[in-house]
Amino acid sequence: MTVRVQEGDFDVGAELDRLTKGNRRIGGLAVFVGLVREMHVRDGLHRDRIDALTLEHYPGMTEKALEDIEAEANRRWPLEATLIVHRYGRMEAGDRIVLVAVGSPHREAAFEACEFLVDWLKTKAPFWKLEETPAGEKWVGAHEEDDAAAARWEKKAQ
Amino acid sequence: MKVRYFAWMKRTVGVADEEISPPANVKTVGDLVTWLRNRSAGHAEALAEGAAFGAAVDQRTATFDVPITGAREVAFFPPFTGG
Repeated sequence: MTVRVQEGDFDVGAELDRLTKGNRRIGGLAVFVGLVREMHVRDGLHRDRIDALTLEHYPGMTEKALEDIEAEANRRWPLEATLIVHRYGRMEAGDRIVLVAVGSPHREAAFEACEFLVDWLKTKAPFWKLEETPAGEKWVGAHEEDDAAAARWEKKAQ
Repeated sequence: MKVRYFAWMKRTVGVADEEISPPANVKTVGDLVTWLRNRSAGHAEALAEGAAFGAAVDQRTATFDVPITGAREVAFFPPFTGG
């Protein structure tokens, strides 16, 4: 179980090598890499292109929240290895933001736990996106679809 | 006790954090919100009733009924938008 919050980029291949090295019980590794995507937002008649964002976080609480989420995944599925690397600071379109990797003897647990971790970290870890548009900076609002995605795992909790 | 503000709330309040000594009758996160609103127009706006924000007590997510007695740090922030 590893959680890291860092400003710099990460090397996906090197991270996965380190995660699975020496563990021969892992039969499947599910990986999610989140990227900054170029977006167009409409504000009345005006259209803005967002090509960079700054991710603010709450140092200390962020690590605790990610560790809690990771521990919950390990309670729910038989996992051999979990890794969450989340960046903060300024990132441009195409940059990597987050890496979630889950190793398990079997693929079902790996896929499910990976999806669970991504859904929960979006709604339970203290990160805030500030988007840069040609018209200025704008704080991103929470997305209802993210809350719904996280909530479906609450139902499965019993 | 230290109070911290994040994202747009930090800009609205005007400071990232502040040291406060609330009176003894301020016992919960909700009591603290009500008490902080009187500190400035920025506080009142950021912590307004109906504004969408959450809280943490000593770096753990907390609802408004959570006690703050003995807490070192209380934080207020908008809904999370990471990932």
